[in-house]
Amino acid sequence: MNAALDVQGLTTRFATRGDAVTAVNDVSFTVQKGRILGLVGESGSGKSVTGFSIMGLIDAPGEVAAGKVMVDGQDLRALSDEDMRKMRGNRVAMVFQDPMMTLNPVLRVGDQMAMAVRVHRKMSKAAALKEAQRALETVGIPSPEERLRAYPHQLSGGMRQRVAIAMALLHRPSVIIADEATTALDVSIQGQILAEVRDLADQTGAAIVWITHDLGVVSSLADDICVMYAGRIVERGTAQQVIDHPRHPYTQGLLDSIPALHEPGKHLPQIPGSTPQLSRLPQGCPFRPRCPRATEICATVPPADTKDGQTVLCHHPLE
Amino acid sequence: MTDPILKIENVSKRFTRWPGMAERLVGKITGGGKPVTVHALSDVTLHVSQGEVLGIVGESGCGKSTLGRVVAGIYAPSDGSVTLKGDPIVREHGNRIDKLTTQVQMIHQDPFASLNPRMKVGETLAEGPRYHRIIPSGKVREGMRELLEKVGLEGAYADRLPHQFSGGQRQRVAIARALAMKPEVLVLDEAVASLDVSIQAQVLNLFMDLRRDLGLTALFISHDLSVVRHVCDRVAIMYLGRLVELAPADELYADPKHPYTAALFASVPTVGTGKRKFEAIKGEIPSPINPPPGCAFHPRCPLAGPRCRVEAPRLTGAGPARTVACHLNDGGVDTKAETAA
Ligand SMILES: Nc1ncnc2c1ncn2[C@@H]1O[C@H](COP(=O)(O)OP(=O)(O)OP(=O)(O)O)[C@@H](O)[C@H]1O
Ligand SMILES: Nc1ncnc2c1ncn2[C@@H]1O[C@H](COP(=O)(O)OP(=O)(O)OP(=O)(O)O)[C@@H](O)[C@H]1O
Ligand code: SF4
Ligand code: SF4
Ligand SMILES: [Mg+2]
Ligand SMILES: [Mg+2]
Repeated sequence: MNAALDVQGLTTRFATRGDAVTAVNDVSFTVQKGRILGLVGESGSGKSVTGFSIMGLIDAPGEVAAGKVMVDGQDLRALSDEDMRKMRGNRVAMVFQDPMMTLNPVLRVGDQMAMAVRVHRKMSKAAALKEAQRALETVGIPSPEERLRAYPHQLSGGMRQRVAIAMALLHRPSVIIADEATTALDVSIQGQILAEVRDLADQTGAAIVWITHDLGVVSSLADDICVMYAGRIVERGTAQQVIDHPRHPYTQGLLDSIPALHEPGKHLPQIPGSTPQLSRLPQGCPFRPRCPRATEICATVPPADTKDGQTVLCHHPLE
Repeated sequence: MTDPILKIENVSKRFTRWPGMAERLVGKITGGGKPVTVHALSDVTLHVSQGEVLGIVGESGCGKSTLGRVVAGIYAPSDGSVTLKGDPIVREHGNRIDKLTTQVQMIHQDPFASLNPRMKVGETLAEGPRYHRIIPSGKVREGMRELLEKVGLEGAYADRLPHQFSGGQRQRVAIARALAMKPEVLVLDEAVASLDVSIQAQVLNLFMDLRRDLGLTALFISHDLSVVRHVCDRVAIMYLGRLVELAPADELYADPKHPYTAALFASVPTVGTGKRKFEAIKGEIPSPINPPPGCAFHPRCPLAGPRCRVEAPRLTGAGPARTVACHLNDGGVDTKAETAA
């Protein structure tokens, strides 16, 4: 099969005040060309750190301690810093929640996009501007020629995020990591961007990792879903499997607490407790203190990865 | 329905905004950079009954928070009035705004920003009631513990600092602080927006319990349509500072009348409804500085006709308890001349 992105055993640690926390713990997944993988989980579950680790953006006190990140068959972790820099923004690109992490506030949109093109490819400025304009068209920006002359602050939030996505697309990357890229936007604008992202994966064959805590978004956008809890992927399957037949009690709990699925005014089922502190994870299954299905074995033995179609990290998965 | 206790009558709010540094620099080159007037609210009328929860929904910048702040007495309206049981909420002395009541309390989106990081939460909670003498001073400490228990926290948490709480717990503290003032009306502005679904469920359950136990009246501002449906009795849909539709929640969700409401519902990605596709609303949100003429929604409306470009629709009845501002509900979208011809 044609995996654009293949992550195996990715483990990232942070050394904070003596004790190390494992923010990403033995994470594995693959994304085929043109597919969208949704990475979901509560705040602090390790979604962003997974994205940063793939991009080679982890700095001290953090460290990618183990694992492989293969893009088009090439192991990014084996690359020199210099080669990795060339890879970023070229074969692999990232879109952040705040588009201003990508955009330079004092440069016109066209100028900065043309510069980004010419970092990786030799061409005239005029040709680079044409490329930039095409990228803006792809993400549905109306009158793109005019927008090229605008400064970022002259664009609306939704428009800025689309420019940031267009920047990520400039080199037709094989892999795009989007971290809460539409979370700050209005539902209407979010809807437009999601529709464009879907088209984009279909048309350019880019493999996309869509990081979000919004289950509504992943269930309508993603082909496959990975659910993270305390640094691990606890459930993985096609979007349909995971949404319609969750097997991990945590996934079930997340889906149950969505108001849309309940009669108005009725109490919502809630997952008791709150997300665990990584430095103080319980023995056995990290979800045990909040889990309605827990038994004795859960307190002592960490559940193992079943590694079949729909993976569940649980001793007592739902049927 | 009982008599409304909160009356928002023909409220408008305008802001005159001076351009920022960057805008002024660009303005020097392009010849802009003059002060601009933002019409954040235009002629909004809403009546809220005792014990009712009214949802306020709309895209970013449509004026939801401004409406909440006017109701909470943080802003004075430019025109119109807001009264609680017949008494105005603010009095204006030139540039000064006097809040005349503590009976409307507002809860903001970010629970961390609204709590003093260096103050024990018990102190934060006691501040308002002590100052306004809402609780006898000998009973404050005990009262605060009771309050914390009421929002599902332990009384002993009164001695903790905000950073020792999780996001959901901090939002409970923010709710407790508002309740400490024994308000008649709560304004919740995106109160659960920053929380994970699991934690959001806890806070929504708490809100529904308090509402039942205390008979709270509330404005519930949110851009999350499924949350609004879950907790609100009636829903007001706003677009560019105006009320465009008002209806009981069940009727609105079953049958949205305004094309904007319908489009908003269709654009939300939802889980588990079997709907794997959603439709995006076309076009950007227009600016409240230069609202489009006629119906402000017409550049994005799939049903717009010639009349929509020239004439602003009025709010008209669309059933016993519903109103909608759309020409389709008021004679059609063709211009009078065309209809005649
Ligand atoms: N630079 C850092 N130093 C120490 N710990 C860190 C650092 N960055 C992240 N962490 C820890 O790693 C864990 C995972 O964080 P991460 O940002 O990946 O969560 P997330 O799933 O993206 O959450 P959110 O939904 O809030 O963005 C957290 O416990 C966090 O505290
Ligand atoms: N203090 C202010 N000074 C100038 N303009 C303001 C002020 N407060 C709000 N506005 C403007 O009024 C309009 C309505 O803003 P408001 O914050 O009420 O929107 P909102 O519906 O709450 O949006 P969001 O969903 O983004 O919170 C916006 O155009 C905003 O820029
Ligand atoms: S392993 Fe046990 S505690 Fe963990 S999720 Fe499964 S049933 Fe619950
Ligand atoms: S008045 Fe016209 S443009 Fe406005 S919502 Fe109705 S049909 Fe659409
Ligand atoms: Mg994150
Ligand atoms: Mg607001």
